[in-house]
Amino acid sequence: MTEIYPTASLAAHAPSLSPGYRSTQKRAPLLPPIAIPAGAGELSGPILGHEAIRPGDDDLTKTADGKEAQGERIVVSGRVLDEDGRPVPDTLVEIWQANAAGRYIHAVDQHPAPLDPHFYGAGRVATDAQGRYRFTTIRPGAYPWRNHANAWRPAHIHFSLFGRSFLQRLVTQMYFPGDPLHALDPIMDSVTDAAARARMVARFDIDTTMPEWALGYVWDIVLRGRAATPMESGSHG
Amino acid sequence: MVERKILGITPSQTVGPFFHYCLVPAAYPYQAAVDAAIAGAGTAVEIVGTVLDGDGAPVGDAMLEFWQADAAGRYADAGPPANAPFRGFARVATDASGVFRLQTVKPGAAGANAPHIAVSVLGRGLLNRLYTRAYFAGEAANASDPVLALVPAARRSTLIATAEAPGRWRFDIRLQGEGETVFFAV
Repeated sequence: MTEIYPTASLAAHAPSLSPGYRSTQKRAPLLPPIAIPAGAGELSGPILGHEAIRPGDDDLTKTADGKEAQGERIVVSGRVLDEDGRPVPDTLVEIWQANAAGRYIHAVDQHPAPLDPHFYGAGRVATDAQGRYRFTTIRPGAYPWRNHANAWRPAHIHFSLFGRSFLQRLVTQMYFPGDPLHALDPIMDSVTDAAARARMVARFDIDTTMPEWALGYVWDIVLRGRAATPMESGSHG
Repeated sequence: MVERKILGITPSQTVGPFFHYCLVPAAYPYQAAVDAAIAGAGTAVEIVGTVLDGDGAPVGDAMLEFWQADAAGRYADAGPPANAPFRGFARVATDASGVFRLQTVKPGAAGANAPHIAVSVLGRGLLNRLYTRAYFAGEAANASDPVLALVPAARRSTLIATAEAPGRWRFDIRLQGEGETVFFAV
């Protein structure tokens, strides 16, 4: 089925220049992008799925030797969909995040919070035939950054998705519900449409919460793309 | 026919400064999920460039992703007759000097498009992935490329890699300001 990518949907994204997020000031292009039609190179994309996944890549709470990370264990699951609500199967989902204390293992992160020798903070899965993904991880901590005085990033998990085509590529961040830092965060707030901003927030879910083990959060991700022709009656709820 | 319900897309957010250990983990004890080079039959080339900000300062924490056709102009997912094992995708980070290097094969013309590599730029301060194209100087097909034709002539040079040495092409990326690279909306 031929895909179409309505450009009107892109209004959900932040303006590239969002001065409250200081790093955009010298990095955002100032000239408008030039609109081009989608050709073979944009409508195709890399096939990245199961081959990149190793056993355990979906569980960030344990090191290879079975040692357990510190912090609040959580399960983050959901579906990867397109704008028609169709699942995006067999696509690579990569995540990375700070540990429970708000510290990344990254060499550049010098926030004086403890590293956890049993938490690396990166994971990957491929979506299943229904577009579902699932990670077990540790709830990340908030951490300070130097964007403005007393600036703190709300707890978040970075997500990288490929979808089926070059145009579906998405890098984003998942946030946790009820965090008072949301309204103070220039990165989250760069998305000016409140409904779009809310789509970056997972919901707590008792049904995916594992008794006596881990709290469940559910987050569905919607990539660009629709079917070029209307779907048959009855094929869509 | 049922009315089509449209879901709002998930907004993009910056990749931030701390992605390397997951996405381009060469310096970390983690297996990369994505190739750092593009292998295939054809002419081996290296694309070298520097990513610069609006002050002309190097961007030392950017990530670039590349997607291209093979030497015969076929994309990897085009289906049978498959050109497997060609994958056509790679990603690399810039170093502290803002320099990136891609080892690849020179792509062939795909349809009416002159040979080019699709380039995505991600990084701290980039809320949305930027999309540009690297064409090759001296290709006759550049003159009739339908995408280059949409670009004002004075800015076209930002899209054209120049031969720097045998097998090596330079493609600098200026995010902002004088000589700003052309980025596309699709």
